Amino acid sequence: MRARERLLQFHDKKGWLFFGVATLITTVLIPLLNGMPKSFPLAVPDYMMPLIGKFLCFGMAAIAMDLIWGYTGILSLGHGLFFALGGYAMGMYLMRSMAGEGVYRSSLPDFMVFLDWKTLPWYWHGFEHFWFAAAMVLVVPGLLAFVFGWFAFRSRIKGVYLSIVTQALTYAAMLLFFQNATGFGGNNGLTDFKRLLGHSLQDPATKKALYVTSAIALSGTYLLARFVVTSKLGRVLTAVRDAELKTRFCGYESTRYKTFVWTLSAMLCAVAGALYVPQVGIINPSEMQPSNSIELAIWAAVGGRGTLLGPLLGALFLNGAKSFLTAAFPSAWLYVLGGIFVGVTLFLPQGFLGLADVWRRRRARAAAAADKKAAGP
Amino acid sequence: MGVPAPAKALRRFPTGRLAFVALIIVVMGDGAGRVALAGPVEDAVKGLASPSGETILANIKQLSTLGDPRGIAALQALTDDRLRVGADGNAWIYDKKTRDLVDPFTGAAAPPSAKPAREVETDNDIRRAAEPVLAELQLGSPEASVRLGAAQELSRSGSEGVGALLHRALDREKDKGVQDALAMAVARVDVGSNDANLRLAAVKLIQKSGNDEMLGELQRLLGVGADGKPNEPDDRVRDGAQDALKAVMNRRRLITGIGSIIHGLSLASVLLFAALGLAITFGLLGVINMAHGEMLMLGAYATYAVQTFFQSHLPNFFGLYLFAAIPVAFFVTFGVGVLLERVVIRHLYNRPLETLLATWGISLLLIQSVRLIFGAQNVAVANPDWLAGGVELAHGLVLPYNRIGVVAFVIAVSVAVWALLYKTRIGLNVRAMTQNRNMAACVGIHTRRLDSWMFGLGSGIAGLGGVALSQLGNVGPELGQSYIIDSFMVVVLGGVGRLAGAIVSALGLGIVNKLLEPVAGAVLGKILVLGFIILFIQRRPQGLFAIKGRTEA
Repeated sequence: MRARERLLQFHDKKGWLFFGVATLITTVLIPLLNGMPKSFPLAVPDYMMPLIGKFLCFGMAAIAMDLIWGYTGILSLGHGLFFALGGYAMGMYLMRSMAGEGVYRSSLPDFMVFLDWKTLPWYWHGFEHFWFAAAMVLVVPGLLAFVFGWFAFRSRIKGVYLSIVTQALTYAAMLLFFQNATGFGGNNGLTDFKRLLGHSLQDPATKKALYVTSAIALSGTYLLARFVVTSKLGRVLTAVRDAELKTRFCGYESTRYKTFVWTLSAMLCAVAGALYVPQVGIINPSEMQPSNSIELAIWAAVGGRGTLLGPLLGALFLNGAKSFLTAAFPSAWLYVLGGIFVGVTLFLPQGFLGLADVWRRRRARAAAAADKKAAGP
Repeated sequence: MGVPAPAKALRRFPTGRLAFVALIIVVMGDGAGRVALAGPVEDAVKGLASPSGETILANIKQLSTLGDPRGIAALQALTDDRLRVGADGNAWIYDKKTRDLVDPFTGAAAPPSAKPAREVETDNDIRRAAEPVLAELQLGSPEASVRLGAAQELSRSGSEGVGALLHRALDREKDKGVQDALAMAVARVDVGSNDANLRLAAVKLIQKSGNDEMLGELQRLLGVGADGKPNEPDDRVRDGAQDALKAVMNRRRLITGIGSIIHGLSLASVLLFAALGLAITFGLLGVINMAHGEMLMLGAYATYAVQTFFQSHLPNFFGLYLFAAIPVAFFVTFGVGVLLERVVIRHLYNRPLETLLATWGISLLLIQSVRLIFGAQNVAVANPDWLAGGVELAHGLVLPYNRIGVVAFVIAVSVAVWALLYKTRIGLNVRAMTQNRNMAACVGIHTRRLDSWMFGLGSGIAGLGGVALSQLGNVGPELGQSYIIDSFMVVVLGGVGRLAGAIVSALGLGIVNKLLEPVAGAVLGKILVLGFIILFIQRRPQGLFAIKGRTEA
């Protein structure tokens, strides 16, 4: 059966088993453990759910990053922008859905009342509908990424140049969103959300549902990314990464491939951002800081680029470490992070998964050598 | 009026009050002293030191009639409450600096026979009478600076009854600066006159000078009173005021513009410091150093450290600390740069994207280290005396010395870098390496060593930029972060590895940034500039000054 063969291209059987188990743990087991009474030793407390959910969103962003950097060789230092834009679209829906329940009991979001605005800016219209906001989560970052990518790739901007320009892009957007006049709450961003689709965000059940949604979205993102990189298109992307000129000479219009994967990656990132916002309860321009986007890149680098799984694990690991260290040893975290940036690039260019690969190969070689010896003369 | 006129005027000149007294001596030409107690001026001055208010008033009038500038010092002292009656019955001036009595004519110290002295009682009437006379005498002073001070003071106060006096002074004034100030004073007095012709002449004067001190008066003339009638009945005067208003606004815009350009120049200088180094390392090594901004920061902290050292150990030479800070900052950042290159960057030459990440990590490490050593708070680096203050180019337009210094410094450094790259053997080798690294290695250029030297040089230049930056504002651990994106943009815009490109685009970006600020606001201006660059490199990906280098970009 063709579908079966195609699926086996994603993973071998062992890989699928692993994927199935991991998905079951994140989507079923953890919510079940959350439901356990507190006395149960493995019970996951309520406050952990949004935290893990947040990590899973970062994992999605890391997979998106891997598509563009690991497989296509384009280091984006602006993916935080797409993440934040998705978040803002969701935040706008959350703000609109609680019209009349803000501090000022106005139909406008609180910050607009505070700024003495009388009417809703035109770009806020429609966000009272969830479907519209959900569409905008994909459309706005997608469109921005498409336009930017098309022009950038068409002018053959690549390498560090592209990285710097993407960084400037997110920096400019950050400055723009910091402005009150831009209409997205300025410094404070959007916050104090009440309900999502009629369910209170304070309710543990809602939190659990958001978590499960994030987990399913993560699995979906992973499968989609796996689908892309194992397709013929994915092979072209890898070829572009390794030898763009040769690929062009073979007749592949690399600009189109790059623009496609760039846009896809931006949209995945935006979905992650949209799921992230209701779980942390705030979105503000600091999400667009250049440093956030760079951290996104280091998640991918730590885990191992071009593996999809590696960046995901890198994101989970680094964010877990960050949560722990910033609480336990606040002044040490930047040293750890800086050290990881330097150490991973210097000593682990393939990330931790690459290290695992090296070990596996070495063991295989050792086993082969042992076989040879056993076979003997 | 709080501070009497000439004292305020004088403070604008670096000399100070003692110099004023000295000036009077020069004016008098001879140190006649108290021996020659003859003449009407001497009598009038002595009369100022009288217990009777009426006698004082009469003698003020007498000084006014005499019109002799030698009476200035005594009158000045009278309005400052520094005039004393000595035990010998003569008038003496109390000098606040030496805390001694001095002669109102010669400035010589008073003989013991004058002491003890008591203060001459003054009241508002006396002061009111003395001030115009003082101004009048000053306007007759042969010294242009004294006249200028008096004219400026009069143009601000514009008291009644000095109109004729000012007109006279204006007619005989030759000095341009004093003329302008007098014209303003005349205008201020005349604009309130009942004679429409005088008012017209006044607005014409305002129009000619463009001075914005009279903006309020002009607006009042053009305004409409409570009764619905215009404040100014005469059409000609209204038209004149309209024109004058336009001239004033134009001049004000010009001054803001020039001010923006000055600020833009100093921003451009800092950007250029950062971009010069970036352009060298990017052009030569093909790596982007994200920790480059931190070199600015390290340079600024090195300056701070040197400053602190001078404060505690060499306070007598504090004014010279900058000259010590320049080499210290350069060698600290040069050393850090070389170390960085040897330890990290050398191993990443074929992986420019990873270099970006690694150097970002280094910047985090540097920031956190500085935070732990110097604290997370901003520290202040003081300007040495000779960099504090500024020259007033025109009314409302001050050119601060520290900004002039920064611009001069960046010019000097750029020339030095240019000379190094284009006039020395090392520069020749570096340029050869930029063009063809392998070939350069083949002909015996020690490429590895030059790599790390040049990386160090780039960092060192940024360190010098830190010295400059410390003179413009506060120094904090995140200092470099705010400049790094801008300086990347300079490199992107100027083209890789081109000195001229870096200079032109740093200038352009700095000035455009500051020019946009008053129009579009600081943030929007920056966004517009960034947006422009993103569009620009769509058209010219190789920057303004493209060369056929071998950098993969």
